[in-house]
Amino acid sequence: MNVQLLTFIIVGATFALYIAIALWARAGSTNDFYVAGGGVPPVLNGMATAADWMSAASFISMAGLISFMGYDGAVYLMGWTGGYVLLALCLAPYLRKFGKFTVPDFIGDRYYSQTARTVAVFCAIFVCFTYVAGQMRGVGVVFSRFLEVDIVTGVIIGMAIVFFYTVLGGMKGITYTQVAQFCVMVFAYIVPAVFISIMVTGHILPQTGFGATLADGSGVYLLEKLDGLSTELGFNEYTSGTKSTIDVFFITFALMVGTAGLPHVIVRFFTVPKVRDARKSAGYALAFIAIVYTTAPSLAAFARVNMIETINGPENTGTAYTEAPSWITNWERTGLIEFTDKNGDGKMFYSGDERNEMKVDRDIMVLANPEIANLPAWVIALVAAGGVAAALSTSAGLLLVISTSVSHDLLKRNFAPNITDKAELFYARLAAGVAIIIAGYFGINPPGFVAQVVAFAFGLAASSFFPAIIMGIFSKRMNDRGAVWGMLAGIAFTASYIIYFKFVNPAANVPENWLFGISPEGIGTLGMMVNFAVAFIVFKITKEAPEEIQELVESIRFPKGSGEASAH
Amino acid sequence: MAFKNDDDKSAYWRENLSLLAKLLVVWFAVSFGAGILFAEQLNAIQFFGFKLGFWFAQQGAIYVFVALIFVYMAKMNAMDKRYGVDEE
Repeated sequence: MNVQLLTFIIVGATFALYIAIALWARAGSTNDFYVAGGGVPPVLNGMATAADWMSAASFISMAGLISFMGYDGAVYLMGWTGGYVLLALCLAPYLRKFGKFTVPDFIGDRYYSQTARTVAVFCAIFVCFTYVAGQMRGVGVVFSRFLEVDIVTGVIIGMAIVFFYTVLGGMKGITYTQVAQFCVMVFAYIVPAVFISIMVTGHILPQTGFGATLADGSGVYLLEKLDGLSTELGFNEYTSGTKSTIDVFFITFALMVGTAGLPHVIVRFFTVPKVRDARKSAGYALAFIAIVYTTAPSLAAFARVNMIETINGPENTGTAYTEAPSWITNWERTGLIEFTDKNGDGKMFYSGDERNEMKVDRDIMVLANPEIANLPAWVIALVAAGGVAAALSTSAGLLLVISTSVSHDLLKRNFAPNITDKAELFYARLAAGVAIIIAGYFGINPPGFVAQVVAFAFGLAASSFFPAIIMGIFSKRMNDRGAVWGMLAGIAFTASYIIYFKFVNPAANVPENWLFGISPEGIGTLGMMVNFAVAFIVFKITKEAPEEIQELVESIRFPKGSGEASAH
Repeated sequence: MAFKNDDDKSAYWRENLSLLAKLLVVWFAVSFGAGILFAEQLNAIQFFGFKLGFWFAQQGAIYVFVALIFVYMAKMNAMDKRYGVDEE
């Protein structure tokens, strides 16, 4: 059976599974639609959170990114996992006890202020839309590469599937499809990684293969070899990296804090029955994420050694183009690999200096892996299904936050407090439908800035939501004005720094011009500090939170008496 | 009122904060400490086929993160029981 047909079958089978789950998990009330009825078992919620969290970019691009960045790739690895520690210890249990549907719900009630609620709603919608456009694009890319349909058709198929289970099932449908998507995704990520690990180092576990000697009998450690190759070819040493220490520090911090402040992740903890389940499912979520995140850097190193050796040959003098393995010519057709024979010797050569004759796209490291390792066709089909699962699961989670923000936070809590549950559910479905269409439009016609903006969603979340939530829990007396001015100052500072260096004056975006040497990617950390500082100063000169709010805060600090998440 | 008295309530919160502080110190030490600020010095130490600082940055910190959450979970559950504020 050829790869194409097999891919259609496997991807089609996963779609049938998602649709079957959606039919089974229809939402009957807003409680079902917003928080899956509050009855998701913690282990399943952990899987759903992991799938929600790992996007098309994590699945397709991250290993490749690390492969080219070496040590610096750690900013993503630690940044996108460390945030869960903050979530589990400082946010999730208390927000679960608070027991509402959304993040703006918490901010609005805790700070007894419609202004605070509205600021939070717009931050949430902005963060989610920038994110979701990239996901839809990811669906299109996977479809076009593996199934050879064009990107537009791919995006439309993806939209239709997400539409079906989001509009029908809301959080309930999403949760259980995400569980299935998590399984597909992890299996699709681990299988090729294990085979490559065996091929390169003889270790079954990629995590131990990463630190092992090469299987070629030379007795040289993989990383030693990689450092040697890198310096020889004019790259930086793989294990040291190029970013300054302060920048690595600030970027990692911004990603961690941003992760803890992302609304589509936080809402997942409203779906479990108890406070103790919120703690537990955060632990499981990170454990499941760690499976992929500890495999990714290993894969990055294997793939890099493998690629360099394939292109440059064992003698490091280049391999004749006519003898290139088939995956090189296969992926050349997609434009992900390009070869220009600069010195006319008919041999390919890859390096970090003027001898370089290759252009290699980072996505190749995951997408071409099964072919590089000579794996059977079903593994290639599996990788396609995994990529689609990663993109669909994240889009659905984000779209739900957008629809909830509109129907619950804006409509129910602001403009039309008297609408019935049924009417609210109808508006939630309508908002989800509209959001999917807008997201699909951006997926087909991506504005040039999407890719750049996605990375900054973290900085914006770090400088707005995170401090407001933390102060809301850990400081009883923090008041409405402090929180609102803090959020506005934090997000304004962060957004203007990013806009200045990325859009107004991109030519100036070099370390010499950065504030304290912090890149726009890491500025969210400073924005967070600005938020805390402004909030504290404003708090000092205004009245502290009223007595009943202080009692509310005290009541979320211990688990007893947590009910179902509710609107009132 | 879930606590027996106000003393219990503040004692519970103090204990919670001190547990948080301890765990967050570890969180900071393995990632920002070992993985970033002191990575260069630690890289002089060989750990299997890894330089130690590099290992913390790309593997070790993540394992410790997972462990931290489970330790927190176990300790908090026990503490909730002790103060009678668990959900059973």
